Amino acid sequence: MQRLNLKQLAERSQGFAPGHRACAGCAFPSIIRMLLAAGADYDLVIANATGCMEVVTTIMPYSAWPVPWVHNAFENAGATISGIERAYKALLKRGKIKNAKKPVKFVAIGGDGGTYDIGLQALSGAIERGHDFLYVLYDNEGYMNTGIQRSSATPLHAHTTTSPAGTVIPGKQQPRKDLTKIIAMHRPRYAAQGSPAFWNDLVKKFQKGLEVDGPAFVAVLSTCPPGWGTPENMSIELTKLAVETRFWPLYEYEDGYWKVNYKPRKFVPVEEFLKHQGRFKHIMKRPELIKEIQDEIEKNWKELLWLESRKKEEEK
Amino acid sequence: MEKGTFIKMALTGNEAYAYAMKQINPDVVAAYPITPATEIVQIFSKYVANGEVDTEFIPVESEHSALSACVGASVGGARVMTGTSSQGLALMHEIQYIAAGLRLPIVMAVANRTLSAPINIHGDHSDTMGSRDSGWIQIYTENANEAYHSVIMAIKIAETVNLPAMVMLDGFIISHEMEVVNTLPDEEVKKFIGERKPLYNLFDFENPVTVGPLDLQDYYFEHKRQQMEAMFNAKKVILEITKKYNDTFGTDIPAFVEPYRLDDAEYAVVALSSAASTLKEIIDEWREKGEKVGLLRLRITRPFPYEEVKKYLSGIKAVGVMDRAETHSTLGGPMLQEVKAALYDAEKRPKITGFVFGLGGRDFDDEQANTVLSMIKDLKDGKELPLYSFIGVRE
Ligand SMILES: Cc1ncc(C[n+]2csc(CCOP(=O)(O)OP(=O)(O)O)c2C)c(N)n1
Ligand code: SF4
Ligand SMILES: [Mg+2]
Repeated sequence: MQRLNLKQLAERSQGFAPGHRACAGCAFPSIIRMLLAAGADYDLVIANATGCMEVVTTIMPYSAWPVPWVHNAFENAGATISGIERAYKALLKRGKIKNAKKPVKFVAIGGDGGTYDIGLQALSGAIERGHDFLYVLYDNEGYMNTGIQRSSATPLHAHTTTSPAGTVIPGKQQPRKDLTKIIAMHRPRYAAQGSPAFWNDLVKKFQKGLEVDGPAFVAVLSTCPPGWGTPENMSIELTKLAVETRFWPLYEYEDGYWKVNYKPRKFVPVEEFLKHQGRFKHIMKRPELIKEIQDEIEKNWKELLWLESRKKEEEK
Repeated sequence: MEKGTFIKMALTGNEAYAYAMKQINPDVVAAYPITPATEIVQIFSKYVANGEVDTEFIPVESEHSALSACVGASVGGARVMTGTSSQGLALMHEIQYIAAGLRLPIVMAVANRTLSAPINIHGDHSDTMGSRDSGWIQIYTENANEAYHSVIMAIKIAETVNLPAMVMLDGFIISHEMEVVNTLPDEEVKKFIGERKPLYNLFDFENPVTVGPLDLQDYYFEHKRQQMEAMFNAKKVILEITKKYNDTFGTDIPAFVEPYRLDDAEYAVVALSSAASTLKEIIDEWREKGEKVGLLRLRITRPFPYEEVKKYLSGIKAVGVMDRAETHSTLGGPMLQEVKAALYDAEKRPKITGFVFGLGGRDFDDEQANTVLSMIKDLKDGKELPLYSFIGVRE
């Protein structure tokens, strides 16, 4: 696998066109560019679930996509890519299309709503059937396209329009569903969590996910300034703070083994991540609620380290 | 093959359908089991497992994913088929509109079954009548033989107009009953359907396409207008392809409607699917008694054959329309409403009444058929009848 420097990344991002209508500071255009850069060794076909990304990148008659791209519906990116992948195989087998110049890779992309919630079944089915595809989740922790509603990815105590910070209930009352682990337990060829701030790590994860034959999954944290109530110029920094506070750990799952890719040297309290965000404003003066979020982080981190502690024979 | 020489096979409706699928050997099939269509998928899986077809079969985790995967595969340029019933079709509802809107010629078998609640696995037309406005061509077949030939024609029709098509057979009554089916040799089927010519090549990486973008006020309407143009055009294409099929093979499958003893009829009944067979027998008996009664069977209801309905029913004194489905509008069954609409500007508009029958698989028997005919006769003779009546139910 080729290690890519920043210059190569820029050259390889295959012309994901400017002029798309993502908000200033939206993190996912960077994620797309990194994905396309990682995928430049292949011919990619993309199936995109309904959501912000689909909406802002393809307003008829324009398209920002430099590769074949298909949108079907909200909850079926996993099934759509299954059909595309098998169609390619069938048509190739029957000589109805020519071999592409590069190896062809199939990618499905969905937001957290289209992945954790309404599209989970289709994704689960596609992984179980063993289709050859990479699923990229861009997780902005809410249904942003419909105006910032809660999803099962929305963190504990976050304010959204359907988990509002009220006078009685302080935002969302449940922690995030641990989707990457749920996906890992399908035993795909590869599963990982990445962050755009750690571009080197993220590009490598995309490369790995594309390289394997069979299902792969990469979850990426994706800042949404209007949804999170954050300054537009802080988007990448926030995805760094999320990792430094271990709110969004970077890790991989391969062949039954877990690897934490980044362990912060010093403890950074979650407050450092929360304090920039309007969606947590209502708890900033309530240390007991912040502590609940911190406790959740410690619990998950411990579990992750425990999972990682099981080493392969040769590493023992 | 010599015209009119068929390979006779004893097959149930499901077997006939699956056999046609085998001969079609689609590129991709994605499907999920549900009674009474399950067998189609089972039989087809066996063809795949035994190498009798080299189709890519996707055993999905739901009907929603079945049609979603079909959409993906069809966008990819593949010839794609699926099959379902009832709840499965209802679960696909969202994607039916997408398949049509993206102009994908997917062909789907529907073994008609009623919808829950109460849950019931038997046949009526509630499922596909709920898909009337989804943009699919709808073909209701009368028996297994017709189902077999209809699937083959449906592939050609769908791929000519770039619209999806569903081919219906009555759940259990046709799907599970054995009949003699006049099949064609494999190569004849292959030759007739030819190859799908997709509108674009998704896998042309030098010229990447974007399929299914957000399409707002400034273009959506034009795209819908084009889709409607395809449905208008389908009328002509269906007539041509059906004629070509019958001319080539010596079959006599009607295109949109089948008139039965209508020439001098004073009153008539309109019906779909297997109920037409029962009615034909009873009509024969009534004819022997000197009654001038006939039948118009609607075979294709999307696009709706309003010209044919007008042509055959205008001038008839009284007409009764049979519906194996409700609209819950209190305005009568779906076909009653559509036949009425088609006849509104007929020169000699008949008196019309409707009948809802056979819900949840209730047998439509000779007694009910006799009741229906005598009520239509009463209507002809000047008796007032309600907007529509329920037949064969305990009130
Ligand atoms: C079946 C269905 N239900 C609801 C919607 C409305 N809807 C469109 S996008 C969306 C939320 C998308 O959330 P997510 O997947 O997280 O993507 P984001 O917009 O946040 O990027 C919803 C609820 C829909 N299009 N289809
Ligand atoms: S609302 Fe959020 S996710 Fe959607 S485009 Fe804007 S910043 Fe991106
Ligand atoms: Mg989201």
